Amino acid sequence: MKSLIKLAALLLALSFAAASWAAADIEINTPGVVALTQSMQARYAQLASHYASGAVGLTADGFIAVHDASAVPLAERQAVNALVAAENHDRKALYSEIARANGHPEWADDIRNTFAQRWILRAQAGWWIQGPKGWVKK
Amino acid sequence: MNKNVITLALASFSLAACVTINIYFPAAATEKAADKIIDEVWQTPKPEQPANSETRPADNNTQKETK
Repeated sequence: MKSLIKLAALLLALSFAAASWAAADIEINTPGVVALTQSMQARYAQLASHYASGAVGLTADGFIAVHDASAVPLAERQAVNALVAAENHDRKALYSEIARANGHPEWADDIRNTFAQRWILRAQAGWWIQGPKGWVKK
Repeated sequence: MNKNVITLALASFSLAACVTINIYFPAAATEKAADKIIDEVWQTPKPEQPANSETRPADNNTQKETK
């Protein structure tokens, strides 16, 4: 009987511990993260049409890439390349800034992987996405 | 007596396990954080100015699965 009570107490303690672990949060309200988010948000105004046309797609590793350059007039291709490079620069900085802000710089790759899945999951229908077997239209 | 020892051992083990778990990468929390940032970057819910600080301060974390 006593051991049963002890077991119950143990389970209770465990569930509390689990609850406090589940509440573990990821800090994203740092000046660095906010600035990068705003920079990417501003750039999205220019990128949106390229996502929609398929010129630019989401890669499996949390970045973006030129998928179909022919969807863009020749004169604009350089600008698209620059947009993609700037976006990837911000994204890379974002992943490591979040890792750093949470005291674990070594999490940057895990954070990048999580973002990669979420970007793809939340992408709009019609956008191009790099899957395990190459590019697919969502 | 023996049972006490076992219980104590089990308790300390689970405590240690919890402490260890905290060092692991918090995948679920990161997903939430990622969604929050993605919402802002892509302006997902509304096409214009979601004004995230005014209109949906608390909803941010709970509505993820509805989209």
